[in-house]
Amino acid sequence: MRDTSPPALPLRPGVGYKPQHFDQLLADAGPVEWLEIHAENYMGAGGRPLAQLRHLAERFAISVHGVGLSIGGEGPLDVAHLARLKHLCDWLNPASFSEHLAWSTHDGTYLNDLLPLPYTPGTLNQVCDHIDQVQTVLGRRMLLENPSTYVAFAETTMAEVDFLAEIAKRTGCGLLLDVNNVYVSATNQAYDPLDYIRAFPLHAVGEIHLGGHDVDADDHGQRLLIDSHGAAVVDPVWALYAQTVGLAGAKPTLIEWDNDVPDWPVLRREAGLAAQILAGVA
Amino acid sequence: MTQSTFAAALLNPASALPAGVTDPQGRPAPKRFSVYRNNVVAGLTRAMEASFPAIRKLVGPEFFAAMAGEFAMAHPPRSQMLMRYGDQFAAFLENFAPVSHLGYLPDIARLEQALRTSYHAADATPLPADALAALPEAELLQSRLILAPSVRLLSSRWPVCAIWRANMEGGPKPVAIAEDVIILRPEYDPRPHVLPPGGAKFLAAVLQGETFASALANADASLDLTSLLALLLGGKAIVGLEK
Repeated sequence: MRDTSPPALPLRPGVGYKPQHFDQLLADAGPVEWLEIHAENYMGAGGRPLAQLRHLAERFAISVHGVGLSIGGEGPLDVAHLARLKHLCDWLNPASFSEHLAWSTHDGTYLNDLLPLPYTPGTLNQVCDHIDQVQTVLGRRMLLENPSTYVAFAETTMAEVDFLAEIAKRTGCGLLLDVNNVYVSATNQAYDPLDYIRAFPLHAVGEIHLGGHDVDADDHGQRLLIDSHGAAVVDPVWALYAQTVGLAGAKPTLIEWDNDVPDWPVLRREAGLAAQILAGVA
Repeated sequence: MTQSTFAAALLNPASALPAGVTDPQGRPAPKRFSVYRNNVVAGLTRAMEASFPAIRKLVGPEFFAAMAGEFAMAHPPRSQMLMRYGDQFAAFLENFAPVSHLGYLPDIARLEQALRTSYHAADATPLPADALAALPEAELLQSRLILAPSVRLLSSRWPVCAIWRANMEGGPKPVAIAEDVIILRPEYDPRPHVLPPGGAKFLAAVLQGETFASALANADASLDLTSLLALLLGGKAIVGLEK
């Protein structure tokens, strides 16, 4: 695999790009040094989305984040979709490309959610094969993101951290550590989030995500957190983030806010909180 | 658990929880599973809300959300590119009994779908406004007009452009007439316009690659070519002239 990636993302805050913030982002980016886009929104032939993206790429480092590749799928990857990703990465030459440890497509139907998979030696092989294929086609190293999960599987035989560490070791891919997802999954699966972070292969982390979640309860009244990307980062997640970068060192850190998108100053303030924590890291 | 059973259970609220899907203590977890089911419906409903704002205004946000949820379960996306999602919505509306009294709704859905494909269509450089006037008439007649990739045509027995403008731009109350509509995207924002009489027939011939002379020969005598060309030039819709 020939890696043609440009310099990596800055070890500073970034935000998920929303078109309604275009003008303010250019006028007053504050601490925001890079942007993340959802790949699937920039696969049209032209028009405003691509014009804005070309403009933003002159000023900010860009991370392309896919949501539709279904790397955790039982079936083969959609090669037409992979070709669209390659086209986007070839012309944009982003600083990073990332996707999820999840599946979203089955039998040609796109379910538009990041669905969970059991962690077994069999699913490990499948995911590693898919990542090898993605990295070969794109000609670059990708980052794989840990998911938010709500259910467990009777079949599962491996812990999620071990599963991710083995993927990184076998495929050479990097990892995207979503600290909110760690907090959500740890609550939902009844383990300690800091234990998860301590066991995580932090040397492979190329990016961190932070976002908000909703609070609900399961069938037995246990606390059930739902990854909503629709609220501010909560204090326990900020604390876990500070512990994470304390252990891992500074990392490019993204504020994700995709639903009920706030006005620009609110998002900029969240990025400022990440900047403060990053400034305290060696 | 196979992903087939998981996917089938997501799309059918009546189906049983897939086997082997549990809470961390190994107990069955229907409420936990329903988080995924809700995510699928809510995500697709949001995509439909973004794509069909005029329909949402016409039927009201609560009714729209319920209708979009039914559509999503019956017609989940076949592509990861949600910008394309909803091309079956017009046909769905034609057979959706609760809106059968709103006969114009399917054509409004077609209009909104066309606006969206226009929004994402390829860019092209328009001809200068005087390019047609600068050409000798004989030469113009033997040329083929090339329209921008963002141009869309739609004919309806309903006043779809007037209904869209009334709901999205506060335009005047629609009058019940048939309309031929062209979508023009002078820069990045597509907008529907009513074509002058005979305009749709002329442009259909142009889009089939016929020369100016041939398209004119087939057009109605009533065609007001001057105002049609002014509309096209104003919308930066003419991007080439081929001999």
